[in-house]
Amino acid sequence: MIALIFRDLRIAIRAGGGFGLSLAFFFIIVVFFPFAIGPNLDLLSKVAPGTLWVGALLACLLSVERIFTLDFEDGTLDLLVTSPLPLEGVILSKAFVHWLTTGLPLVFLTPLLGVLLGFQNSSVIFLIISLLLGTPALSIIGTFGAAITAGIKRGGLLLSILVLPLYVPTLIFGAEVARRGIEGFETQTSILLLLGVTLLSWAILPFAAASVLRINLR
Amino acid sequence: MSFWEYANPVKFLKLSGIVLPYFGTLAAITIIVGLCWGFFFTPDDYKQGATVKILYVHVPSSFVAINAWFMMLIASIIWLVRRHHVSALAAKAAAPIGIAMTIIGLVTGALWGQPMWGTWWEWDPKLTSFLILFLFYLGYIVLWAAVEDPDTAADLTSMLCVVGSVFAVLSRYATVFWNQGLHQDASLSIDKEEHVADVFYYPLIVVMTGFVLFFITLVLLNTRSEIMKRRAAAIMARGKI
Repeated sequence: MIALIFRDLRIAIRAGGGFGLSLAFFFIIVVFFPFAIGPNLDLLSKVAPGTLWVGALLACLLSVERIFTLDFEDGTLDLLVTSPLPLEGVILSKAFVHWLTTGLPLVFLTPLLGVLLGFQNSSVIFLIISLLLGTPALSIIGTFGAAITAGIKRGGLLLSILVLPLYVPTLIFGAEVARRGIEGFETQTSILLLLGVTLLSWAILPFAAASVLRINLR
Repeated sequence: MSFWEYANPVKFLKLSGIVLPYFGTLAAITIIVGLCWGFFFTPDDYKQGATVKILYVHVPSSFVAINAWFMMLIASIIWLVRRHHVSALAAKAAAPIGIAMTIIGLVTGALWGQPMWGTWWEWDPKLTSFLILFLFYLGYIVLWAAVEDPDTAADLTSMLCVVGSVFAVLSRYATVFWNQGLHQDASLSIDKEEHVADVFYYPLIVVMTGFVLFFITLVLLNTRSEIMKRRAAAIMARGKI
């Protein structure tokens, strides 16, 4: 499993892996919001948590498609299925690598974007917390969606229609953490709920994704 | 004789062919009677005037929209566990009806909300979760359409339905947490204290029964045509060889 994680990491980082791609996408989306809304920093700082969350969501969506399609096409996935590692473990490591290469960098990019959107130093911490806790859920849910569409040609658009409704609880709780934190309310409840969604997703979705992948490889 | 006998398409077709006209007629009668009763023989609400009568379409269609998803969930689990084809096809058959009912619920809700709340749309938890339900139906139907092999499609959509149910319930409570709503609390619970007044309640029950019967009729009809389509495809495939 660790070997698999390192292999996927290497592929992701080397050229053509799309490591920087989703990051750049996230950056561009967030930078484009002021163009659409107007340069009023007051207004921007109000919509900033939502902007960053939607940006993170789309960046995740863009990159999850790659999780299985390449391995599915060149037959790596068949080898992984027949390997002694249970398929659930494969899913877990794939989702983990996806989070390492997409979710985590997004979190590091957030303070910078916070400045662009007119954030106070103290409130950006809530945004970081919410993204740090929420993006793992986005990764594993996206992995489940990618497992469903692995066998479908041009599954990209389908993937987003399948996955986006599943993102709703994460998005609501995640943006809620950021919003409440910024407005100075207590955030413990929403942090716990967000964490709950993330942990639940990581607990059940590897099994669901593995069974779906087995169906697709039949 | 067991319930599982009707997993056999031939037996299912035979039985459903017999009961279908009864369900259809009963559904038509109850809906017509209930709607006429509700529209013409109940008083106007002292605050809402005649708009309260949207209730007789809004509530039953929303009720069916939610319960159609539950029916799909149960049918999907039956398919995953016992692999009865009729069950998978019934789940497939229910989805378009469910989405239609969701749309009816949303539209009548908007028409009712405009005069009463002064807005077509509000991000109220019930409205929001209905919109999310609509998205779930959409994903489910699109996935059925996208996968060519029918058994694979049945497997994938069933898994999506099961996982989606978990997240749909989560979303439901997330929206409550997220925004306080305009809707009243439950008006039809067993607890008599919170009921709507009896004059509205009885016709409503009749219409709801009618909608459920109508839903069953449509699901049976759709399932039958799915089975026949499957057969036609099998015959075509044989003919080619």
